Amino acid sequence: MAILVIAEHDNENLKDATHKTVTAALAIAKDKGCDVDILVAGKGVKDVSAAAAKIAGVRKVLACDHASLKRQLAEAMQEVIVPLMDGYDAVLAPDTTTGKNFMPRIAAMLDVMQISSISGVESADTFVRPIYAGNALATVKSSDTKKVITVRPTAFAPAAEGGSAPVETIADPASPSTSEFVSEELSKSDRPELTAAKIVISGGRGMGSGENFAIIEKVADQLGAAVGASRAAVDAGYVPNDYQVGQTGKVVAPELYIAVGISGAIQHLAGMKDSKVIVAINKDEDAPIFQIADYGWVADLFNAVPELEAELTKAGY
Amino acid sequence: MKVLVPVKRVLDFNVKVRVKPDESGVDLANVKMSMNPFDEISVEQAVRMQEAGTATETIAVSIGPDKAAETIRTSLAMGIDRGIHVKTDAEVEPLAVAKILKAIVEEEKPDLVVLGKQAIDDDSNQTGQMLAALMGWPQATFANSIEKDGDSLTVGREVDGGIQTIKVTLPAVITTDLRLNEPRYASLPNIMKAKRKPIDAKTSDDYGVDLTPRLTTVKVAEPAGRTAGVKVADAAELVAKLKEEGVI
Repeated sequence: MAILVIAEHDNENLKDATHKTVTAALAIAKDKGCDVDILVAGKGVKDVSAAAAKIAGVRKVLACDHASLKRQLAEAMQEVIVPLMDGYDAVLAPDTTTGKNFMPRIAAMLDVMQISSISGVESADTFVRPIYAGNALATVKSSDTKKVITVRPTAFAPAAEGGSAPVETIADPASPSTSEFVSEELSKSDRPELTAAKIVISGGRGMGSGENFAIIEKVADQLGAAVGASRAAVDAGYVPNDYQVGQTGKVVAPELYIAVGISGAIQHLAGMKDSKVIVAINKDEDAPIFQIADYGWVADLFNAVPELEAELTKAGY
Repeated sequence: MKVLVPVKRVLDFNVKVRVKPDESGVDLANVKMSMNPFDEISVEQAVRMQEAGTATETIAVSIGPDKAAETIRTSLAMGIDRGIHVKTDAEVEPLAVAKILKAIVEEEKPDLVVLGKQAIDDDSNQTGQMLAALMGWPQATFANSIEKDGDSLTVGREVDGGIQTIKVTLPAVITTDLRLNEPRYASLPNIMKAKRKPIDAKTSDDYGVDLTPRLTTVKVAEPAGRTAGVKVADAAELVAKLKEEGVI
């Protein structure tokens, strides 16, 4: 049959996590010898569907445009996806808070054990997934006939663009009335999203206050980087909790991760240790973060970060 | 309002995870086990609802070996009224857990089930959502605030971009996130009192749920380690190195 990928989007833009999930789907499809389709479920999703159609290797895009799907709440997503699964062997979604929310409902309705947050595809039924906050990697084989899988986007390269798949509008779902959107307070930022950024610079408890994050933000803006934080900095109230990188926050794997005033608790390392290059700036030379950093700079961050900013300015950033 | 709180016994979050040399799993012999930290937050939530007068009865459920009773006992010491222990030595996957919980929900008829968003051992993040789907109930996952509002709950959810607030009609399932509350420590008098609270002993057969796993663990491996790199002396050296790496 075929594999269905659920697109991650905000009704305006298709998120990069979708491209990465398609890569995982194509790996399964290659082993099975089948096709990959994308479902875009939302409200006013014409542009998002058009963007999804450009992903290379995709057979077709299914668009479901309905008021009940505007926020992609779990009950509404279930109404769209479960009926479609008669025609699919597997369904994949990124393990974002949106995907994590609705996918287990799909699995339960199909009587399937979901395979959460895969970081590797061994074959059409065997997958690698981190357990114990990434302290161990389990290889699991599923005996379910249909597979319900969430994908850790940082573990897969984005699928290329250049395709031109047809977009097919599908029937409106039955709208459930059990959970209702009230409001949303999203952090506004011109910087890239943490999980999609090529460079991330994070501050820890060593920052001392929320105001002091300004020195990190200057460097972030020079490099086009996202700003993150350790749990300690979030718990201390320096920055909102959607900044948090770690086991209980976001998992990132950028090209460059700069940890400033972060000691390197296991909790934090679980969220960033797959970054390509790690830089640590910390005045405590025994801080565990130096054990995993490619480049360590033992210095007081309040001197080091402005010095870095000046050096980058000199270099033309 | 009657509140059901499922709790899981897991490797204590402070214990270093060791993969067995034969790659068959994580070594759990003779290590400290505790209640899953997210479940502690659920227990705290239920107890606070009872203290505030919104919950009338609170019940903890654990599915697992004999020692899972200790985890239930911990929740009773924190203030939960009574426990249900579904004994099994098998490894029970989230789907089967959700099915057992469904049977218990049908028997106990709670208005609300509060679960941790995930267990810190298998990191599945599934059980709450699966239970909600099997019951046909609404769900509010990753809760960081919960307010009762007539026969519905207004729940603030931690989503990737910030906080999303939704309203769910009861009965419902809530899964708790880290910042919902700070769980209390049980006081000595309450630990003593908990010893006299009832725990109903059941087995998975009582609920007629097939526990056969759908996933087979092929192997469990140690992730590739990183090694410490080099120290730089100043910003100029750092910028030069990063340029060499091609990352800036």
